[in-house]
Amino acid sequence: MTGFVSLSTAMARGFFRDRTAMFFTILFPLMFLVLFGGLFKDAGASRTDILQIGSVPVVDQLPAEAAAGLDQVLAVTRTADRAAALEEVRKGDKAAAIEQVGGELIVHYSAADAVKAATVQGILESLVQQANLAAAGVTTPAVSLHAKPVEDQSLKAIQYMTPGLLGWAIATGATFGAALTLVTWRQKKILRRLRLSPVPVASIIGARVAVSIAIALVQSAIFIGVALLPYFGLQLSDQWWAFIPIMVAGTLAFLSIGLVAGAASKTPEAASAIANLITLPMAFLSGAFFPLDGAPEWLQQVSEFFPLKHLVSSMQDVMVRGESITVTLPDIGILLAFTLVLSAVAALLFRWDDA
Amino acid sequence: MRGTVQAMSPTIKVEELRKAYGELRAVDGVSFDVQAGEFFGILGPNGAGKTTTLEMMEGLRQPDSGSVTLFGESPWPRNPRLLPRIGVQLQASSFFERLTAREQIRTFASLYGVTARKADEWLDVVGLADMAGKRNEDLSGGQQQRLSIACALAHGPDLVFLDEPTSGLDPQARRNLWDVLRDISAQGRTVVLTTHYLDEAESLCDRVAIMDHGRILQSGPPATLIRDLDAPTRIAIESGVITADAARGLAEGLDVSDDGVSLTIATRTPAPVLSALAERDAMRGLSVRGATLEDVFLHLTGREYRA
Repeated sequence: MTGFVSLSTAMARGFFRDRTAMFFTILFPLMFLVLFGGLFKDAGASRTDILQIGSVPVVDQLPAEAAAGLDQVLAVTRTADRAAALEEVRKGDKAAAIEQVGGELIVHYSAADAVKAATVQGILESLVQQANLAAAGVTTPAVSLHAKPVEDQSLKAIQYMTPGLLGWAIATGATFGAALTLVTWRQKKILRRLRLSPVPVASIIGARVAVSIAIALVQSAIFIGVALLPYFGLQLSDQWWAFIPIMVAGTLAFLSIGLVAGAASKTPEAASAIANLITLPMAFLSGAFFPLDGAPEWLQQVSEFFPLKHLVSSMQDVMVRGESITVTLPDIGILLAFTLVLSAVAALLFRWDDA
Repeated sequence: MRGTVQAMSPTIKVEELRKAYGELRAVDGVSFDVQAGEFFGILGPNGAGKTTTLEMMEGLRQPDSGSVTLFGESPWPRNPRLLPRIGVQLQASSFFERLTAREQIRTFASLYGVTARKADEWLDVVGLADMAGKRNEDLSGGQQQRLSIACALAHGPDLVFLDEPTSGLDPQARRNLWDVLRDISAQGRTVVLTTHYLDEAESLCDRVAIMDHGRILQSGPPATLIRDLDAPTRIAIESGVITADAARGLAEGLDVSDDGVSLTIATRTPAPVLSALAERDAMRGLSVRGATLEDVFLHLTGREYRA
C-alpha cells in the first residue's frame, strides 16, 4: 500500500512538473475549446431573426405563455421604418419582415435562405390559425401547436464540443501517460529498479491508473469550468455528473491502449508517434471534433469500434442531452471489455528491460 | 580462520554460471563464493561479462545453466523474500523524473516500508544533505552516483551490488565515492562491485575476480595476486643522470631501459639498487613502482589492460 501511494505521488509530481506534458494534456485541448467555442458561438443558434414593422396584433396580443414559446424560435425586432426593414431582408440580414394590414398578415421574405423563410412562414401560419380559432370562439382548440426547440437539433457548438474535446483530451492524456511512463521507466531502468524492490506489480499499475484518473478529473474540472463561463455559455443537464463513471471507463480503455503502445516501443519518440497515430485519427472519426451525422453510413459503423466514440457520445448524452446515467451503461461495458482485451495484449508484450 | 569460513555458508554462491547471447558466450562457466562482510570486486575490461554476471546474481536475468544462491536462496525468478535483503545501485540516470533528491530517496525507501526520516539520514551519509531540495536533473554526475547509492541502501540491505559505480566520474569525485563505499563496507555489509578500473579494485576490494571473455582468470586478495606474480619493482630516474651501462653495473641481473625521458631499472631486489643510486647521488626524479593489478592482467592475458 505504501508502495502504491509513494509511486502514485512520484508519478503525479513528475507529471505536474512536466510543462510539456501539462501543455499537451490540458492546455492544448483547452485551446481548441476556446478557439472553436468562440468561432462557432452563434453557429448553432436556433432562433431566426425577423423584423416586425409597426404593430402586428397577431403577435403583440399573444398570451404570455405563447409569446415565450415564440421567443424561443423567433427573435423579433420591432421597427417603424418599412423601407429599411425590407432592405435588410433583401440583403439577407434578416430572415423576414412581417406587417399586418387590417386582417392580413404579410410576410416579406427573401428566397436567398429558403429554409429560414419557410420556418418563419410555418410559424406565422400557425399563429394566424390560432388567432382565427380564437376569433371563432374556440378557446380550447382540438389541436394546438407549441413551438419548442429540440435540444439535440439545436445543440449549440459549445454543448457539442465540451464533451467531445474533453473526451479527446482524456483519451490523449491517458494514452500518452501510460505509453510514456512505460517506455521511459523501462529506458531509465526504473522498472528494473522496481523489479528489485518488493513492490507488487499491481501497485505499479495501480499507481498509473490512479494518477491517470486524477489527471482526467482535473481535465474535466478545467474544461467544464471554462465552458461554463458566460462567454461560452455551456448548459449542463441535471445529471451531468453521471459522466464520471464513463470517464473512468474511458480512461482505463485508453490507458490500456497506451500500455500496448508503450510495451511495443523502445523509445519515447516511438511511443509518442504510435500514441498520436491512434488517438488523433480516432478523434476525427469518433465525432470528438464535429458530429458524424453527415458522415457516410459505413464510417458511422466503423466509428462504433473506436472507444473514443463510446466515450464521447455517452458523455454528450449525460452532460448536455439530459439523458440519465443508465444510458451510459452499455458504453461503459464496451469500454471495460476493450480495456480487458488490450491489457491482456499489453501483458503479453510487456518487458521489464530493453535487452 | 579457515575452519570458521567453512562452517558458515557463504552469502553468495555462484556455480558454473553460463549465459550466451546468440553466438556470444557472455558468461562462460563462472564460479565463486562471497563471504558475509566481504568487499568483492569483479574486475575486467568492458565486455568481459561482468555486468551479465552481476545481473544474474541480482535475479534480473535467468542463467542458461549453473546456479546462483544468495543467503541460500535462488534470486530467479523474482524472489520477494530476498528482495528486501539486497540493494542494487542504479545507473546514474535511473531516477524518477523531475523529483528532488529527497523525494527520490523517500520514494525508494517507502517501497520497502522505510520511513521518510530514516531515508533522509542516507542523504547525510553520502554527503548530499545540502542538495536534498535539488532535482536529480540538476545534480552533477558524482552527486547522482552518490544519490543512486543512497537509494540502493535506503532500506538497509545486508548485501549491496554496485555496477561500475564510478564510471564517468572525474578523479576527485571518484575518490570521494570510494570513501562512501569504504564506509558502507565498514558497516558490515557484503558488497559486490564491478569495475573496469584496476586501481579501484585494488584500493577497495578485499578480494577480486579478474574476468575476461566471460571467464574468471584468477581471484584472490589484490595484494596476494600481485605478490604471487613475483613481478620486478621498477625504479625510474631522470634520463641522463647516469648512463644505461652504468646502471647495469649497479647490481646483478638488472633489466635497464632508457626511453630518453626516464631511465627504468627493473629488479626483484630493489634495496641494493636504491642505496647504490643514493651513493652516486643519482636520484633526480626518482620513482619506485611495484607491480599492480595491471601487471597481473598482462601476465594472465598476455596483452595490455585496456578498460
